[in-house]
Amino acid sequence: MKLHTIQLKINDEQQTVTVRSGDTLLYTIRKQLGLTGAKPGCLNGDCGACTIHVDGWPMKSCLMMAVEGEGKQITTIEGLKDTPIQQAFVQHFAFQCGYCTPGFIMNGHSLLQKKPDADDSTIKEWLESNICRCTSYSEIEKAIKFALEKNKSS
Amino acid sequence: MLPFSFEYERPKSFQEAVTRFQQADQSGKEPMYISGATEFLTLGRINQVYTEAAIDVKGIPEGKVIQFDQGYLVLGANLTLTELEEANVFPLLTSTSKQIADHTARGKITLGGNICGQIFYREAVLPLLLADSQMVMVGPEGVKVKPINEIFYERLLLQKGEFLIQVATDTRYLHAPFISIKRRQQWDTGYPLITIAALKIDRKVRVAISGLCPFPFRSNEMEDALNNLEGSPQEKIQNALASIPSPILDDVEGSSEYRLFVLQNLLLDVYEALKFGERE
Repeated sequence: MKLHTIQLKINDEQQTVTVRSGDTLLYTIRKQLGLTGAKPGCLNGDCGACTIHVDGWPMKSCLMMAVEGEGKQITTIEGLKDTPIQQAFVQHFAFQCGYCTPGFIMNGHSLLQKKPDADDSTIKEWLESNICRCTSYSEIEKAIKFALEKNKSS
Repeated sequence: MLPFSFEYERPKSFQEAVTRFQQADQSGKEPMYISGATEFLTLGRINQVYTEAAIDVKGIPEGKVIQFDQGYLVLGANLTLTELEEANVFPLLTSTSKQIADHTARGKITLGGNICGQIFYREAVLPLLLADSQMVMVGPEGVKVKPINEIFYERLLLQKGEFLIQVATDTRYLHAPFISIKRRQQWDTGYPLITIAALKIDRKVRVAISGLCPFPFRSNEMEDALNNLEGSPQEKIQNALASIPSPILDDVEGSSEYRLFVLQNLLLDVYEALKFGERE
């Protein structure tokens, strides 16, 4: 078995982990680091439940090996504290079962940071990366738009 | 998580990557170059890809360039589709690659990875086929530059130990009129049915198609039929359809008859946008 001892910078903390080459970042952050906010869904890059940030951009952590994460700034849902997007999701009841919520919030938070002037087509394009089986899409879209507007006016 | 064990290397130069590949090959490890590694993970987890040595080339600087040089736009093959989209230096490429997978996944999928992948679609190659791009490859014999239409036949014909490092496109193609359309069976996020990219240059329309056959292609015979100055657009399209390579895909995403029906309509859309086969 090929093992690598690597340094991962997650939520501004340096972590040392020993991983198999083929371990996904999702597996490593959940099973080795106990950060269970990123959810396993399809494990195939389709559903977005495992979305985290890598260098500020959304990333499906099932589509990334842990060994690829060295030297990157990684943020999981545990690294966000009372951000505007989290507040907007609460305010707009933008969840039902909540399983997809961390992924949507990570994607939405990155959208706010990277595209603060996002128009409707950009919002739609970004949100298409995540699936909500409870179909809370309307509330999620409202929450994202609310957070974008609030961001602009602050 | 991948079910097999393999060595993971991240060389800093293409020379080192090639050396690592050769060493692993001599040790019987069935080495493989990876870049975005999305297909490596998705196919690897269902045992459709296997290696004992993955050589990750995404850190090689030459593979990350976006530069203009002697009348060519040079793009690194390790640029992610999101990076290409943000730079938007080749609008047809932006427009076509923007329809691949989804926004988050495009932050990991690379230009070279998409072109050299195993899936049928590989839409990022379509604009390069239309623009007669030059493919820059590195391997045991050093650096090779070949026109794409000589080295892409159903797939990029790489020699053992070679990988794509850059793509160079004559700047005269960058702002030529174009259209790129992707049709899915359902919604905006379903698997692709057919993608067509078309570009008008020197008063002729070029078309390249993905999702019709088990490989992306550009056909000179189809283009000749479309650019014929005689006949109605419908007649030209029918003549073009006679030159489609085989086989036509026939799967759960769409029967071969349905795909041909969709293609006919796509060609009409291309006609509306670019007016092939008309005197100007």
